[in-house]
Amino acid sequence: MTADLALIWPELILTIGGLITLMIGTFAGDRQVGLYQLASLLTLAAATAAVTALFGVNALVFSGTLAVDSFGGFAKLLIYAASFVAIIVAPRFFKGGMRAEYPTLILFAALGMGIMASARDLMTLYVGLELNSLAAYVLASFMRTDERSSEAGLKYFVLGALASGMLLYGISLLYGFSGTTDFAGIAKVMGGELNIGLIFGIVFVLAGLGFKISAVPFHMWTPDVYEGAPTPVTTFFASAPKVAAMALMTRVVIDAMGPATTAWQQIIIFLALASIILGAVGAIGQKNIKRLLAYSSINNVGFMLVGLAAGTQQGVESVLTYLLVYMVTTIGAFLVVLQLRDDKGNQVESIPALAGLSQRRPGLAAALAVFFFFSLAGIPPLFGFWPKYLVFEAAMNANLVPLAVAGIVASVIGAFYYIAIIKTMYFDDKSDTEFPAGGGAVAEDAMITASALWLSVIGYLFIPMLAVASAHAASVLF
Amino acid sequence: MSGFPILSLMLAVPLVGAIACLFVGDKMSRFVALGATLATFVLGCILWAQFDIGGAQWQFTERADLFGRFQWALGIDGMALMLIMLSVFLMPLCILASWEAVKQRVSLYMAMFLIMEVVMIGVFMAQDLLLFYIFFEAGLIPMYIIIGIWGGANRKYAAFKFFLYTLLGSVLMLLAMIAMIQEAGTTDIPTLLNYDFPVQMQTWLWLAFFASLAVKMPMWPVHTWLPDAHVQAPTAGSMILAGVLLKLGAYGFIRFMMPMFPDASGQLMWLVFVLSMIAVVYTSLVALVQSDMKKLIAYSSVAHMAIVTAGLFAFNQQGIEGALIIMLSHGVVSAALFFCVGVIYDRLHTREIDRYGGLAVNMPAYAIFFMLFTMASIGLPGTSGFVGEFLSLAGIYEASSTVAFVCTTGIILGAAYMLYLYRRVVFGELTKDDVKAMPDLNPREWAIMAPLAAVALWMGVYPESFLAPMRGDVTTVVARLAPAKPAGDAHLAAGKPKPAAADHGAPAHGSSHAGGVQ
Repeated sequence: MTADLALIWPELILTIGGLITLMIGTFAGDRQVGLYQLASLLTLAAATAAVTALFGVNALVFSGTLAVDSFGGFAKLLIYAASFVAIIVAPRFFKGGMRAEYPTLILFAALGMGIMASARDLMTLYVGLELNSLAAYVLASFMRTDERSSEAGLKYFVLGALASGMLLYGISLLYGFSGTTDFAGIAKVMGGELNIGLIFGIVFVLAGLGFKISAVPFHMWTPDVYEGAPTPVTTFFASAPKVAAMALMTRVVIDAMGPATTAWQQIIIFLALASIILGAVGAIGQKNIKRLLAYSSINNVGFMLVGLAAGTQQGVESVLTYLLVYMVTTIGAFLVVLQLRDDKGNQVESIPALAGLSQRRPGLAAALAVFFFFSLAGIPPLFGFWPKYLVFEAAMNANLVPLAVAGIVASVIGAFYYIAIIKTMYFDDKSDTEFPAGGGAVAEDAMITASALWLSVIGYLFIPMLAVASAHAASVLF
Repeated sequence: MSGFPILSLMLAVPLVGAIACLFVGDKMSRFVALGATLATFVLGCILWAQFDIGGAQWQFTERADLFGRFQWALGIDGMALMLIMLSVFLMPLCILASWEAVKQRVSLYMAMFLIMEVVMIGVFMAQDLLLFYIFFEAGLIPMYIIIGIWGGANRKYAAFKFFLYTLLGSVLMLLAMIAMIQEAGTTDIPTLLNYDFPVQMQTWLWLAFFASLAVKMPMWPVHTWLPDAHVQAPTAGSMILAGVLLKLGAYGFIRFMMPMFPDASGQLMWLVFVLSMIAVVYTSLVALVQSDMKKLIAYSSVAHMAIVTAGLFAFNQQGIEGALIIMLSHGVVSAALFFCVGVIYDRLHTREIDRYGGLAVNMPAYAIFFMLFTMASIGLPGTSGFVGEFLSLAGIYEASSTVAFVCTTGIILGAAYMLYLYRRVVFGELTKDDVKAMPDLNPREWAIMAPLAAVALWMGVYPESFLAPMRGDVTTVVARLAPAKPAGDAHLAAGKPKPAAADHGAPAHGSSHAGGVQ
């Protein structure tokens, strides 16, 4: 038991750090933004250090319910980084409305997501997922006086509860027909004859997880929640939970359902194609940039699922690389959205209002357009091309040629709405909205610049490093 | 062939220039862009001077294992050298051509042109399949922005059409590349050139490449983006689009499809021939009825590129050499013609042919240059157009007399539409008052016209300068294609005519005619 505790340092640090942050908020008051922000950031930094220190360890703790391995480590690093950004950008957005609950909830969500990424048992899977979800519901409605924020929280909660119900139903079926909640045990049973109960279990578990990664047809909540939630929270939702849920899904299909490839592969292929196509088509008519990014995340999840559908180590590597690049891109895009304020200081989310942005704020427009959108569309030479290449390569190598052809042709539909946004910002005449240079947000500007540079050609220099890291992480599942 | 990385330097100069342009403001950016393109041109001249004709196939090779899965591998052969020369020669002229015409957001414009130059010459230099694809696709972004911001009234539609059309084609090529890498286990282009892919697989790969390259080329029936893009693009945009970007498709044919998939190329030769024949005749007829000058020249580009594809697929020395010379000649001449349109567009702000007339009276220098380029486009002996058309038609004739016959009609039609255009714009009565007020060429326009005219004549009078570096590479390609070459119909014994439909089924094997042409 004590030996086990030594291996879950990141989780322990997050738990204690979260409680300390909460205490600071309670006793020092919500005004002490700097203090509790610092505490939460230090917690995340310490947790990151702990994960790094544990990188390479490959062990099962607590009777095999939790895996401490580099796969989980890779996902946790991404999750903590996204949480870090979500905390940094918050005070400027909430202004006077910042409260200590915000960093606390982010920390607890990160804790839950870390457990999701490491879960090797259906029970820990569910505990991690709910810990993350409960924190996320509250975060979505963090601006409690704002109608849209409350609506987003409620919607997220109701649909999330529905998803949890489906997941639990699937878990109960898997448990009932295999007699165990342990992934390895389930895999052993799946290796034999598949009965109808197990197949139903697979379908329901994947449906429940599909909600969390917002894959079509379980995506309906995404645009509403992204639009309604405060932008720093949306930044968080678009990045960290995607990583956690995708890692969880990967572990479930490879570890628990590995032997029943034909059963889950069809489902993943359907989810992938449906997400790519619907995400692209749904995005075309959007007038709100946060909704557009929601559809873009649905679309990108589809591409990740193409890599997962391959079911090979190469496929998992491509998913991990995709997650990293996607996370940087999407956080960068939301950081730019956070900077879009009109002369009264209100957030601008309407796409028509962005017309002619390149003439008012050339740097910001260039970052948003050329880097984030061309990169999300996967147009070389921007780095967003590379993960797309990897997932299609994995699919081709796994002989999923029709999937690759359909997916890559559908990616052209996706390119349409990305270049439509660029048209608005670059080709259209200036809108009436002024975008005065905000100033003062050095950290945000630095993060935008860094991620934009990384996503331009510089990212290619990191391919060898990424390849080693993702191969190391993916190898533990095989 | 010193170890000095001159190719990387040629990519770095315009790239640095592009970044500098964004920061120095509108006025200075013009000079920065001109300086960067001229410096690249000088580097290109050094490259040409240092190129060892008859030496190793790949020269100036550079290799750096930067990206793990693929390499920063550069190197050129004679064909690439000539196309790089074409690009670096046209670039400074394009910058000069937009010196006064572009007034808004100049620094962004210049930066986009310089990035365009980087990716264009990068395409010709790349020796790694993925590196090639990255450069190949990267051209979409600057061109999309150039058409979309500085184009004509309908520019947004044209930009979208250009982007999506070419992207759809390219993604299929990417899948084919993945399959090739998987099969051959390498991304190295020189290795892939000699790799024998299974015949069944070749057909699929060929079709996927064809989907991409035919759009870039563009071939009938996927050419419809070109007239839109040309008409809406600014003058310099059209110059670079017609001058270099259209050559990317043909370069892909001769660099990838023909030597990498020789069997499939032989089997599907008929497809290329049929599409080329339709394109030559159809687009020439369409060009004849255009009332917009740019559209007319755009359609003539499609017709010229069709002769290029037919010449390439003749699978013999003359055909391929001729096709390459047409590519170079068309690059210079069509850029010049678009500039001719730009000159009078800047003065009257319309491309309607009927609005002009009688320019010979008040713009004599312009009329002479326009005449020269019109003749070069038609293929008058002594101009660049003649050499290419004669060689490629000779090569096509050896492969199939029917195709040669149809392509030659295209040349007659070409003379018709170009002369008709020239007559309506330059000759006739000078009646319109606003046309009367148009001044002749200014020194800047002279500086653009004169080099273009000089090169068009040089290529027409002494084409050996351009053919010599490419001859060895063409011989290599022809040798690679020889086993897959269907028999031509040019060696039939007299008195035994047969229907043209049986062209490709003949059992006899035509002897290949290798060697120089002069």
